[in-house]
Amino acid sequence: MPAIYRLPTQALLIAVVCFVTCPGWSTSAPVAVSEDRTSEGGVNIEDGLAAWQKVYSVLVSPRCINCHTATSYPQQGDDRHRHFANVIRGPEGKGVPALNCASCHQETNADSTGVPGGHNWHLAPLAMRWQDLNDQPLSSAAVCRAVTDRSKNHGLDGPGLLKHHEEEPLVLWAWNPGLRPDRTTRSVPPMSHGEFVAATRTWVAAGTPCPRGR
Amino acid sequence: MATYQLNVNGQRKQVKADPSTPLLWVLREELKMTGTKYGCGISACGACTVHLDGVATRSCVVPVSLVGDRKIVTIEGIGTDPVGRAVQDAWIDKDVVQCGYCQSGQIMSAVALLKATPKPSDTNIEESMGGNLCRCATYVRIREAIKSASQQLT
Repeated sequence: MPAIYRLPTQALLIAVVCFVTCPGWSTSAPVAVSEDRTSEGGVNIEDGLAAWQKVYSVLVSPRCINCHTATSYPQQGDDRHRHFANVIRGPEGKGVPALNCASCHQETNADSTGVPGGHNWHLAPLAMRWQDLNDQPLSSAAVCRAVTDRSKNHGLDGPGLLKHHEEEPLVLWAWNPGLRPDRTTRSVPPMSHGEFVAATRTWVAAGTPCPRGR
Repeated sequence: MATYQLNVNGQRKQVKADPSTPLLWVLREELKMTGTKYGCGISACGACTVHLDGVATRSCVVPVSLVGDRKIVTIEGIGTDPVGRAVQDAWIDKDVVQCGYCQSGQIMSAVALLKATPKPSDTNIEESMGGNLCRCATYVRIREAIKSASQQLT
């Protein structure tokens, strides 16, 4: 297994183990939690954190994190290599004039040529980067903080995040990523879209709690 | 096979093609417009660049079925555009071309750059033209010509 996969997997395992064993998990600041650690949504914090770990496992999968980079360029492939053809981020995450995302990526996948596509193809802003400058995924806690920070996430509250995961075309694309140029099918996130949405719903109902830590 | 109505350089063209056929091959094989070149076939070199509604687009990877009613402009039509004309004039003035194979794509990208950024910096040029490869390495003259066209237009 390539080293690039080992580290995230180890990090995820550590995070899961810590979740099971550490009593000190916290919620993000806006969350209202009652004494029995059950949110207004009726889901306790422990269940919410477990649901978040499922969400996190999807967010750091290649179909998602390749466009949530910390760099001036997107990545591609399951090995998350730098996007070819000298493509760069550009001021709005859509490339630069004459070398826009839309120069190749159309409204839908182009399976005959192996170019993926979806509506408004673009990179996530740097504020929503989910990896460090060494291309390693940020921790579960760090991604959770970013995702729930309304100053970074276009003002999305819990229901807004759920709607984003349910309906955003580029999120949905991750489960319909089309064919590679060699006609094989691109890999998809580690759970179905339905499971992803269900996990998000549970996490939101728990008040979008975030793991403690860096 | 399907029938498509394409707007190419301001003219309505009807073509029959398999939906998966890249636009490049519809232009070259069906419409006999061979100014747009086949280089790599995987959008890595930029030789096949055309404009779709003004966006520089790699025609080798865009199936004709995804073009829709967008206006296609090719190297054959770019000279009727003021920016396109200025770029072509600058290309001649600076004697940019060596073998010439990539230059259709280079010009189409340069026009897209200048329409969005009328006074591009060296960095703007390098970033925007970075997807257009020239095996003759005419990059220095390409940059000179883009700056010359910019001066003519502003």
